[in-house]
Amino acid sequence: MLSMAPSGIMLTGRRCRVMARSKKMGEMEMVKGLRRLATVLSLTAMAVLMTGCSDKLVVLNPKGEIGKQQLDLIVISSLLCLVVLVPVLVLTFYIVWRYRHKPGQSAKSAKYDPTWEHSTKLEAIWWGIPIVIIAILAVVTVKYSYKLEPSKPLEHEAKPIVIQVTSLDWKWLFQYPEQGIASVNYLQFPDNVPIEFRLTSDAPMNSFWIPQLGGQIYTMSGMEMKLNLIADEPGSYMGMGANFSGKDFGKMNFTAKATSQEEFDDWVKQVKGSSPALTKEGYEQLALPGVSEVETFSSIPEGLFEQIVHKYGEHQHGSGSSEHQHGSNTEHAASGTSGSMDGMTAEEMEAMNHEGHANHE
Amino acid sequence: MAQSGNHSVANPAGHDEHEGHHDLEALRMMGFWIFLITDCILFGTLFATYVVLHNNTAGGPTGAELFEMPGVIAETFILLTSSFTSGLAVLSMNRGDRKGLIGWLIVTALLGASFITLEITEFVKLVHEGAAISTSGSWSAFYTLVGTHGLHVSVGLVWMISIMLQLGRHGITSVTRRKVNIISLYWHFLDVVWIFVFTIVYMMGVM
Amino acid sequence: MLDNIKDFASDFFVTGDPLIYGADVAIVLTMIAVVTALTYFKKWKWLWQDWITSVDHKKIGIMYVIASLLMLFRGGMDALLMRTQLAVPNMEFLSPEHYNAIFTTHGVIMILFMAMPLMFGLFNLVIPLQIGARDVAYPFLNSLSFWLFFFGAMLFNVSFVIGGSPDAGWLSYPPLSELSHSPGVGQDFYIWGIQISGIGSLMTGINFIVTILKMRAPGMKLMKMPMFTWSVLSSCLTIILAFPILTVTLALLFIDRYLGAHFFTLDSGGNPMMYINLIWMWGHPEVYIVVLPAFGIFSEIAATFSKKRLFGYKSMVFALMSISLFSFFTWAHHFFTMGSGADVNAFFAITTMLIAIPTGVKVFNWLFTMFRGKLSFPTPMMWMLGFIPCFVVGGMTGVLLSVAPADFQFHNSYFLIAHFHQVLIGGVAFGYFAGLYYWWPKVFGFKLNEKIGKWAFWLWNIGFYVCFMPQYFLGLMGMTRRVSSYGWDKGWYELNLTSTIGGFLMGIGFLFQVWQILHSIKFMEKDTTGDPWGGRTLEWSIPSPAPMYNFATVPRVSEKDAWWEEKQRIAQGLAPTPKPQLEPIHMPKNSGIPFIMSACFFVAGFGFVFDWLWMAIPGLVGVAACMLYHSFNYNTDYYIPVDEIKRTEAAAGRAV
Repeated sequence: MLSMAPSGIMLTGRRCRVMARSKKMGEMEMVKGLRRLATVLSLTAMAVLMTGCSDKLVVLNPKGEIGKQQLDLIVISSLLCLVVLVPVLVLTFYIVWRYRHKPGQSAKSAKYDPTWEHSTKLEAIWWGIPIVIIAILAVVTVKYSYKLEPSKPLEHEAKPIVIQVTSLDWKWLFQYPEQGIASVNYLQFPDNVPIEFRLTSDAPMNSFWIPQLGGQIYTMSGMEMKLNLIADEPGSYMGMGANFSGKDFGKMNFTAKATSQEEFDDWVKQVKGSSPALTKEGYEQLALPGVSEVETFSSIPEGLFEQIVHKYGEHQHGSGSSEHQHGSNTEHAASGTSGSMDGMTAEEMEAMNHEGHANHE
Repeated sequence: MAQSGNHSVANPAGHDEHEGHHDLEALRMMGFWIFLITDCILFGTLFATYVVLHNNTAGGPTGAELFEMPGVIAETFILLTSSFTSGLAVLSMNRGDRKGLIGWLIVTALLGASFITLEITEFVKLVHEGAAISTSGSWSAFYTLVGTHGLHVSVGLVWMISIMLQLGRHGITSVTRRKVNIISLYWHFLDVVWIFVFTIVYMMGVM
Repeated sequence: MLDNIKDFASDFFVTGDPLIYGADVAIVLTMIAVVTALTYFKKWKWLWQDWITSVDHKKIGIMYVIASLLMLFRGGMDALLMRTQLAVPNMEFLSPEHYNAIFTTHGVIMILFMAMPLMFGLFNLVIPLQIGARDVAYPFLNSLSFWLFFFGAMLFNVSFVIGGSPDAGWLSYPPLSELSHSPGVGQDFYIWGIQISGIGSLMTGINFIVTILKMRAPGMKLMKMPMFTWSVLSSCLTIILAFPILTVTLALLFIDRYLGAHFFTLDSGGNPMMYINLIWMWGHPEVYIVVLPAFGIFSEIAATFSKKRLFGYKSMVFALMSISLFSFFTWAHHFFTMGSGADVNAFFAITTMLIAIPTGVKVFNWLFTMFRGKLSFPTPMMWMLGFIPCFVVGGMTGVLLSVAPADFQFHNSYFLIAHFHQVLIGGVAFGYFAGLYYWWPKVFGFKLNEKIGKWAFWLWNIGFYVCFMPQYFLGLMGMTRRVSSYGWDKGWYELNLTSTIGGFLMGIGFLFQVWQILHSIKFMEKDTTGDPWGGRTLEWSIPSPAPMYNFATVPRVSEKDAWWEEKQRIAQGLAPTPKPQLEPIHMPKNSGIPFIMSACFFVAGFGFVFDWLWMAIPGLVGVAACMLYHSFNYNTDYYIPVDEIKRTEAAAGRAV
């Protein structure tokens, strides 16, 4: 009955979590210190390993709050691992060297004790130390799991900008519902403004990743995922489809450009002025398998993104009918679809949808 | 996977006059128990799949609309009875009564065959009513789960017939005794699986 | 008519790529050469009687090893093709389609058709000897398992020249692997190849559990079993619990493709995420299935070449068993980024980290087995020593990956690729190599050349680090797995080139191993002692190679390391344990059924792949007929008379 487990476990994780964040000052200090340590460590390591490469190591060179916190976590966990790794490696070399068999000089050679096979004290040490380290790491991981839950809105004074992401066979479509424009394989947004990515797919599953801003998330048909990121400074960041989705998935690269709010507004204006409109037929064309250059569109069909989600979404919701009774606003679709992950019965889904509403109201 | 089960029993045997043979038969019995564990996991996975998908009807018919409980209840009684008669077969064997053993096995096999007939009739009817395996995720899971059980029963039937022939040829020996014990165990196992099918698929489906 | 045939042929055979034509020619030539040689030397009968129909675990083990080394060659070629394609930016050596097919087959072959059979080979070669048994519990089933693996692997490999290879990744996630996105037959080859060999794996799992639990020599209590035997037991327990899930998952995918069902489709209520969950519920335990026996091998080798008892026996057993158990509760760490929420991710992150604890303990126990030992460094020990740092680093990067929120930055990148190659090559491949070198003299009766072996070892080791260390950094540079080419602007050039060089170093290391084997056959250094390493367990107490009945008399065991203690007693001038009288030995007869039945499975699978029921149905009927034939056959065993045992033992230089 092992196989029954996932549905139950998955269920608990799916609740829409809108939790207030609290950050103590002391913690901030510690995080800053760690970050400095991280920079020093990674830079030293890089300097030794490959001079001049450090800016290429995008994961270690984040330009957004989420990416920075993920780097903190990478550094903390690496340090904890090194606590075990280094002694083990030293011990290995020492033991192999010390106890190598030297036929000529048996008198001076190291102690040989062929029946020594147990020591409660020693074994307690090496059961104990990993347990302690894993316990620390587990606490840190759990804390960060909630802190960095991708669907959680960022705490920021600016109102987030919404970007709807669709992975297609083998290109990315980005829609800006608030601005009424769209782009293909190119992303632009203001810096220092939280971005709320809503993601889906009209093709096999892919994964949306801009390493310098933060970690990736899968894009899947029939559901709307959420990823909240922010860019702390202007720049052009590498973005890509990280999950294999067929023939030309390797060409699903895009540039994510963070600019000042003014520049972003100018870009929107320019797109509105000079680009063609995206029609439904145009979208159908775009969705056909193939690669694409960078494109921009001055307008988008009403509700296109929701239609893409629902194209596969209806049946994902179990009985489906309950969905319609509730009417369909985007928010509902969001909580419903992200809830339809897997292993849910209609009843569970129903309960969830209500819960989702309660949260939104 | 039924094949592997078939095989763990269909191993080299013979010469029951030699000592050490009792051990070999016990060994095969143990192997069959382990096979049953793997079969449990197989059905467990199928049940899990069914639980996940059973509401994904994609606007098509639901089980509640189409299941006809009288037929299903008849199937259930037939299979439960066959489990009982396979137990009687083992009791006859333990008394050394070959005729009784083969007789009860024939009754068991006939009951099994009527179970399969009823099930196929049910499937055909469902398909005519617009619920085929390709109709929706829900029906895919239904046919696969119930069909896998049916396939197990069918394999069991062929196997039971082959054991009856072997009993006719060799009589009750340590080898045929082990084979009868194993098929009976297998039959009880399928009965238990069916109780789960009946509860989870049909009862909870129409409720 | 001719046009029809042409059309059929161009669909049926894979065409259009010079690499494949080259391979076609090579395959045809090899087959002609093999057939000619067998005919010329009149070896057909020998092949059939001594090998194909054999139910002897030692011969089956050898066949497993040969098949898996051939598969290692093919998987390795795939790897080198990929590394060549990635060596420099914008390379046009392989098209994206071809690249996709190659990484798919590389993964499937290395895990399912290389690691698994090599592991089963070692089980077969060692376990009965190590526990003092004359064979496995079900010799017929054992032969059937091998042939199912063999024909499953052949069915999978045939896709290279017929119909087209699968190209949806080694785990074939739907909807990409569904008919809607992979209409070709490659996916069907994938499903049937793995399904057929998977049935064999499951039966091997059952077989060895019963063998270990029921066929040990008298006196060998569970807590006196050699550590390799323990590791095989834990691995087999994991097999029987995990493989049925794979069987179901692949069957459901097949039903989707063949009958138009909707388990994992995008439309009509399918749920692709269910596949991802199911496949990893098998897939994660699977990696522990292959690594646990490697832990056992290292335990044997550490003790033997330290001339010292294994340190912390009870801890080791407990660690093995807890790893088996925990391996079933970590599957979701393969998709932390699927949006399951913080609760789920935190749960699976912690279960994953927990596995690091028993694994770490094992490393310390190996180290302290060597502590106060008398270490010598022949090739098996070299692989053991190469393993420890490699596996520890790989394990640590695994812990980094288990930190769910950080995994969002590692997932799908080369960091992940580097990690799992480090544990699978550093742990599994090094482990099995160590095992092969260690038990080679027992199996074949001669030792392998040490000097060439050390060359191979260093090439593999250095090649490994040169190949995979840069990949960690490539991952941190944002290079994602499965991309078939990249531009100059990415800055990934230097590290990729380095990595490719490392890959080829390992390739050369493999060639050295082949040379080592050929060289050692030619200048054979016979092992007449039966105990060339100063072994500790029962397999070293009998002649090399072991006689067909293994033990002339069943040994009595009273402690761990039974053979070592016996040698100690003899060295102290005490009398050896008295042996019982010789008795006729009960043996199973050879059978052609496993081969024929598996061939029928192959035919059925091939028929289903091409949707040719005229072929699939007779295949299945053949399978059923074989089973019934075997069930009705009561003449399956015989006795080896005492005279013959005496003659065999005398020929091996043993007094009886």
